[in-house]
Amino acid sequence: MSFSVTEPTIRTKWFAGTAVILYAVITILPLMWIVATGFKSPADSIAYPPKVVFEPTLEGYVNLFTTRTRLAEGDMAALPPAETWYEKIVRDQGQIISGPSRYGERFLNSVIIGFGSTVLCMVLGTAAAYAFSRFRVPLKDDLLFFILSTRMMPPIAVAIPIFLMFRQLGLNDTHLGMILLYTAVNLSLSVWLLKGFIDEIPVEYEEAALIDGYTRFQAFYKVVLPQAATGIASTAIFCLIFAWNEYAFAVLLTSGTAQTAPPFIPTIIGVGGKDWPAVAAGATIFLVPVMVFTILLRKHLLRGITFGAVRK
Amino acid sequence: MAQIRIENVRKDFGTFNAVQSSTFTIEDGEFFMLLGPSGCGKTTTLRMMAGLELPTSGEIYIDGEEVGMKPASQRDIAFVFQMFALYPHMNVGKNISYPLLSQGMSKAEAKKKVDEVAQILGISDILKKPVGGLSGGDRQRVALGRAIVRNPKAFFMDEPLGALDAEFREHMAEELRALHDRMGATTVYVTHDQLEAMQMGDKIVVMNHGVVEQFGVPQDIYDWPATMFVASFIGSPAMNFLEFHGMVGSGATSLTLGDSEISIPQMRSGATGDLAMGIRPEHVHLNDTSTYRGEVIATEYLGTTQIVTLNTPNGEVKARVASSKKVAVGETAGLGFDERSISVFDKQSQRALLSAGNEGVLQHG
Repeated sequence: MSFSVTEPTIRTKWFAGTAVILYAVITILPLMWIVATGFKSPADSIAYPPKVVFEPTLEGYVNLFTTRTRLAEGDMAALPPAETWYEKIVRDQGQIISGPSRYGERFLNSVIIGFGSTVLCMVLGTAAAYAFSRFRVPLKDDLLFFILSTRMMPPIAVAIPIFLMFRQLGLNDTHLGMILLYTAVNLSLSVWLLKGFIDEIPVEYEEAALIDGYTRFQAFYKVVLPQAATGIASTAIFCLIFAWNEYAFAVLLTSGTAQTAPPFIPTIIGVGGKDWPAVAAGATIFLVPVMVFTILLRKHLLRGITFGAVRK
Repeated sequence: MAQIRIENVRKDFGTFNAVQSSTFTIEDGEFFMLLGPSGCGKTTTLRMMAGLELPTSGEIYIDGEEVGMKPASQRDIAFVFQMFALYPHMNVGKNISYPLLSQGMSKAEAKKKVDEVAQILGISDILKKPVGGLSGGDRQRVALGRAIVRNPKAFFMDEPLGALDAEFREHMAEELRALHDRMGATTVYVTHDQLEAMQMGDKIVVMNHGVVEQFGVPQDIYDWPATMFVASFIGSPAMNFLEFHGMVGSGATSLTLGDSEISIPQMRSGATGDLAMGIRPEHVHLNDTSTYRGEVIATEYLGTTQIVTLNTPNGEVKARVASSKKVAVGETAGLGFDERSISVFDKQSQRALLSAGNEGVLQHG
């Protein structure tokens, strides 16, 4: 590790501190806004000037998970009293619950497709990266360049051919189709990143394992994989974030069974006026899995991002 | 333990020839040195014996069994890497027990073996430590422990002392040699350090450009080099070459340098053309009665001895003489040569001519 030669002055420290805090505020503010909006009433959410202090309500969350019907006031009064707290919130809006919304399903789809493609991408990516790193692959450099070249245009540029292909193969609006698609898009990134990480692991470790009586696969599994854990973790986070947030393909290729949360959340707006709190609530919940995953792998991620910079 | 036989082994990497047609035998229990400059093919040869590279052609026998194409895991050998290659995610004890577990040994039994080995190497107190924080010497001992723990047929070591500090290296070299003597295991050791090779080895193979130049016990190789490369690679300072153009006939007992007649061991073969008389610096002495003279151009004080460099009509000559002898730069001195230790080389073939001195060494190899 290297250190700067001169002690930073008080002024430098102040400047650096202010810059960091400013940057943090700029990045976190929109997130805070979304989280706060989720707990506002629809009126508060569009109030001008914007309300910073407001009375929190779970209306947005209840609306997110339900579909509702508006009743005439007379019919409303004739109903028996509301049994649950969420029924009460809905009735206060002059509506009754007519059923659950599809948000739960869409969210589950996101989990299946996001994590499914990430796992597949890691398995294939690690195997490919290991082969590229360790074996004499014919045309290695050309192949690696070719793999990378799939990232040289926005993936959506090939949306129409993929749409047609998927239709022929019956993969439209299926979990498998989306998992394969996101895996294909992410694989180039994961092969390149992981190859870098595996290149850094001295080949002697595997050779020692081979000599010690282990097969090549055992050497890979027991010696290389634990060493590459950092790289695999940080690559997995990148892959998951892409698959999790992907919008364009999801809009184009899914409509029912396999629709993920990103294309679903905007459709909430249309149900009974502009329901911004429900949209914000959907976005907030949508953030949670990636955040949890990232926090779990945080230690690895930090080491992974600075890899190469700090020699062990 | 086992005898290892290398027959006509060749290795090509694409169009690059790393090892060409090597043949030699390592006897059971020998401490065997593969010596040569970097890029000479010694490490490749070792890796082929270990199964980390496959030979392009030729046979490798370990304990009478042809193993050339077998994977490393099936050869029952141990390898000590230059950078030790200790598994970084395991502690010292686990590192040493790792080769035992691959054979399906129970954990309790493996632990007993590890404790035994740790005792021998004096590392019992660090078995629970992670390998990351160990000193170079302890890493080396752990690597050795991992090698000896399962009594393999042979030990292969690739410059195992190369990563250590100079002062510690000497100590470790002694420890290694003592360990070998105690276990009597066939050991093949790769080094580019000729002193290390002569100090530790029972036998030495000298390689250059993928070719085995000479093979034998250290003293034979030092005294009677087969080629000019071996003569200059081994010994510090290297063997002197006094170059001349002329003829040395079979049966001759002297050669002519300038006006001086110099006695040599009786020749068993002859040559004509560009020749070189090879002699070690310790066999050159300053003798004022000699008619063969040179001008002193440098002296180098080494404690008990000094190296005197002289300019002669046949090139530079270094003499190792007692420090007590007063020699001044610029003066002219007569040179005497110990006739029993002279080799004559044919510069064309770079090989030593057979003589009464070296025939015993060169003919059997």
